[in-house]
Amino acid sequence: MKRTKRGDEEQEGVGGGGGGGGGGGSPDPGPSEQRKRLRGEDSEDDAQPNQTKDQDVDAEGDERVPNWGHLPQEILLQIFQYLPLLDRAYASQVCRSWNQAFHMPELWRCFEFELNQPASSYLKATHPDLIKQIIKRHSNHLQYVSFKVDSSTESAEAACDILSQLVNCSLKTLGLISTARPSFMELPKSHFISALTVVFVNSKSLSSLKIDDTPVDDPSLKVLVANNSDTLKLLKMSSCPHVSPAGILCVADQCHGLRELALNYHLLSDELLLALSSEKHVHLEHLRIDVVSENPGQQFHTIKKSSWDAMVRHSPKFNLVMYFFLYEDEFEPFFREEIPVTHLYFGRSVSKDVLGRVGLHCPRLVELVVCANGLRPLDEELIRIAERCKHLTAIGLGECEVSCSAFVEFVKMCGRRLSQLSIMEEVLVPDHKYELDEIHWEVSKHLGRVWFPDMMPTW
Amino acid sequence: MVVNSVHWFRKGLRLHDNPALQEALDGADTVRCVYVLDPWFAGSANVGFNRWRFLLESLEDLDNSLRRLNSRLFVVRGQPTDVFPRLFKEWNVTRLTFEYDSEPYGKERDSAIIKMARNFGVETRVRNSHTLYKLERIIELNNNSPPLSFKRFQALIQRLELPKRPLQTVTVEQMDSCPTPVAANHDELYSVPSLEELGFKTTDQGQAVWKGGETEALQRLHRHVSKEWVGNYWKPHINVCTLMASPSGLSPYLRFGCLSCRTLYYRLRELYMKAYQHTPPPLTLFTQLLWREFFYTAATHNPAFDRMTGNPICMQIPWDKNPEALAKWAEGRTGFPWIDAIMTQLRQEGWIHHLARHAVACFLTRGDLWISWESGMKVFEEMLLDADWSVNAGSWMWLSCSSFFQQFFHCYCPVGFARRIDPSGHYIRKYIPKLKDYPDRYIHEPWKAPESVQRGCNCVVGVDYPMPMVNHAETSRLNIERMKQVYQQFSHYKGLSLLEVVPVIREQTESSVPKSSMSHPSCNDGMVSSLCLSLSHRKRERPIDLHCSQGCSQPKMQCVGLDRDSNRPLQQ
Repeated sequence: MKRTKRGDEEQEGVGGGGGGGGGGGSPDPGPSEQRKRLRGEDSEDDAQPNQTKDQDVDAEGDERVPNWGHLPQEILLQIFQYLPLLDRAYASQVCRSWNQAFHMPELWRCFEFELNQPASSYLKATHPDLIKQIIKRHSNHLQYVSFKVDSSTESAEAACDILSQLVNCSLKTLGLISTARPSFMELPKSHFISALTVVFVNSKSLSSLKIDDTPVDDPSLKVLVANNSDTLKLLKMSSCPHVSPAGILCVADQCHGLRELALNYHLLSDELLLALSSEKHVHLEHLRIDVVSENPGQQFHTIKKSSWDAMVRHSPKFNLVMYFFLYEDEFEPFFREEIPVTHLYFGRSVSKDVLGRVGLHCPRLVELVVCANGLRPLDEELIRIAERCKHLTAIGLGECEVSCSAFVEFVKMCGRRLSQLSIMEEVLVPDHKYELDEIHWEVSKHLGRVWFPDMMPTW
Repeated sequence: MVVNSVHWFRKGLRLHDNPALQEALDGADTVRCVYVLDPWFAGSANVGFNRWRFLLESLEDLDNSLRRLNSRLFVVRGQPTDVFPRLFKEWNVTRLTFEYDSEPYGKERDSAIIKMARNFGVETRVRNSHTLYKLERIIELNNNSPPLSFKRFQALIQRLELPKRPLQTVTVEQMDSCPTPVAANHDELYSVPSLEELGFKTTDQGQAVWKGGETEALQRLHRHVSKEWVGNYWKPHINVCTLMASPSGLSPYLRFGCLSCRTLYYRLRELYMKAYQHTPPPLTLFTQLLWREFFYTAATHNPAFDRMTGNPICMQIPWDKNPEALAKWAEGRTGFPWIDAIMTQLRQEGWIHHLARHAVACFLTRGDLWISWESGMKVFEEMLLDADWSVNAGSWMWLSCSSFFQQFFHCYCPVGFARRIDPSGHYIRKYIPKLKDYPDRYIHEPWKAPESVQRGCNCVVGVDYPMPMVNHAETSRLNIERMKQVYQQFSHYKGLSLLEVVPVIREQTESSVPKSSMSHPSCNDGMVSSLCLSLSHRKRERPIDLHCSQGCSQPKMQCVGLDRDSNRPLQQ
């Protein structure tokens, strides 16, 4: 009996105090639906919470038992921070004080908009009512915002729509993330740019910006620089075809606090490296370069060794991460001279010759992934890499071939510093010294831990 | 008391090593072998022509074998829940036997039938024979949760005794002691239906590459007795020949139970020991059988095993929905000859090599099209003869990097991979005759051939054969990033690891210490959350490999250390 009564009270409580928070605060259809669910949860939960509730009712007037409605806001805030949004929305309907807590600015600093269409995604989207609510009540609280957008143009449009309404806020972090296909690229460029520049102009203290695979262009970067040059620390813009080397150079020239940068190789220039290693500039931490061939047979420019040297002098600890997605015949200009690369990923087939050059010219190499190679074993190349790349700690080999004894030798030379060793089983070719069954034992010995090659199901 | 038995065939379409059938015969006065089939369902079910043909051939073969034992097979039209009450009454049934089905859907169906039988006073006897082991034993041994890595699974298997020996085949003497009452109108009522009866057009279908049935399965098994065959079964050398349907291939027969997995197990063992001076075989000899067992074990308690949403062991990956691209893939119109040839072989013959499966699965999901593995799984379910619910779903999750912990830095290249296996394009020419005149150099990427060559070969790309539907270099770059996004959410790893790994679940490390059998609650439900937890303190390490004790070891090491310690006569 008591329980039903309690339920009714709750319902009244929401009606009175819920206000705007009730309906719009959660991505679910309507308040009545939620109330039902809230009560449903009550009765379904195991004994513990029910008991507390009942005690709560019994104890009205008994001061020893805390009244949950009187929890100090700081404590509520602490608790709410651990709850997912949906649970916070449910909790917000318990009483006035919890509802107020629901709207505390601290809980709205960070938000991830998920924009998916049922026709193109399996995942749930942020409910439009919630989006409206956030823009109305919390846009000035937002600081760390990301948009996850599925493959549909509508979703990318919706993201731009939201962006262009973020006029009151001062974002620190903005990430535009295409989860399936680069759907921002399908938008009219002007539409995208005008939405993005709203944030650039209004925020003034952006420190991290991730805009890979978008139609951002040089003029919009100028706007970024004009408003955020003192604060910008991280800029990720891989595969932004409308940016030119001059556009990125302008960013590097003005934003002296830039520590992380990701871009495609065609934007990389000697000038850019020199700008990043100028005295005014802070030490760079990460530089990620994607080397992608846009059209077969493309000629790639080279970067002078002196420019790389300047970088290393200025930022001795910086990571240079390079992802290569090239055809074998396009590697000609690469690894001819020493390059301070630390992380190397070869996404397509790469020749023995190139890997041989890697061994000669990459003394700072830490991680190496070779997804595919021709039909000849990589024995000497690996051994040379073990010999010359003294910092190598991780290696992954996909469709390659290495003889078992060369592989064991490689592991022996690198020893325990190899913390990550992902080798597909098919890579290892048995020879006179080792059978496949024996190799994991031998390798484990040198690594000082149990190791196995990666297996794929035979089915 | 009179015992009238009915043995219900579902999988396990064989007379050899059939413990449930033996139970039916045990002390019975009459026995009837039944297969329940709903012809109305046939057209709509997600099972294609080749699979139906294989099934009907297997039933035909079973009926023939039973005839030789003076019995018959009763193919009863309808749904089990409608059929059995009628049969129980009509035949005065007192005992129902069938093979244990470990899959969630099958378990549900069977428990309904068992309940129904009880109401009719019919005793049911259920026996395990579709898998080598009782899956529950493996799960129990792993602290009541299914192992989620193959290494872990192998380690558990090491701790088990050998699988049960296969039973003898049913003999005419046995059958004579419990005759089958066969009515004059048997053929009218209970014959094996034809494909036409099920609504399939048989005119434009070619000869079956895989002939269904126990007889064929046993012939295949006994055809190969050489050391080479054992060696090759064990460590297959991949070349273009392995891509073609092999006369010794067995997987469809295992799927339908025309061949007992235990019979195969002991056959391999026997041949190995004969070839290698009575040395007991290493576990790796049985890898293929164990993979199958692994996926059955992983699926048995998970009704959502074939889905992403609601499946506790499956990563939620933001796959794209793209029906048009899916259709191109399924119909072999991707413009990549290697992918199209594989899909054509699958459609025509119902079987493709496991590396070919890897190639097309990777292409559809994480490699190129970024389409959900569920869609691919459904296409395989329709066309692949050996697609079993658990194994099919499990393999797709694996290959799309949705579960089971493997690194995902590497995608199969639809050109390079093909070139390695089939440098002269023999396989492609066979399945895509349009391209047969292309020179070797261009056969894997015909769009690169100069126009004069294309015309000379009578196949112009873009006109006679599609242009490649994606730029592989570009999409694989995007998809590697997408994958990292998915997993970085869990790892909170801000660094640069190129070798991102599908993360490990905590139970793996905990349970790798054998017999810490403090009753762990079933981890099934909390898996994703424990996954997050475990990641917060172990960021980017390799899963079990780094941390497992000698519990996870492969055969070789096993012989050296663990096995002697544990004093268990694994190797007789």
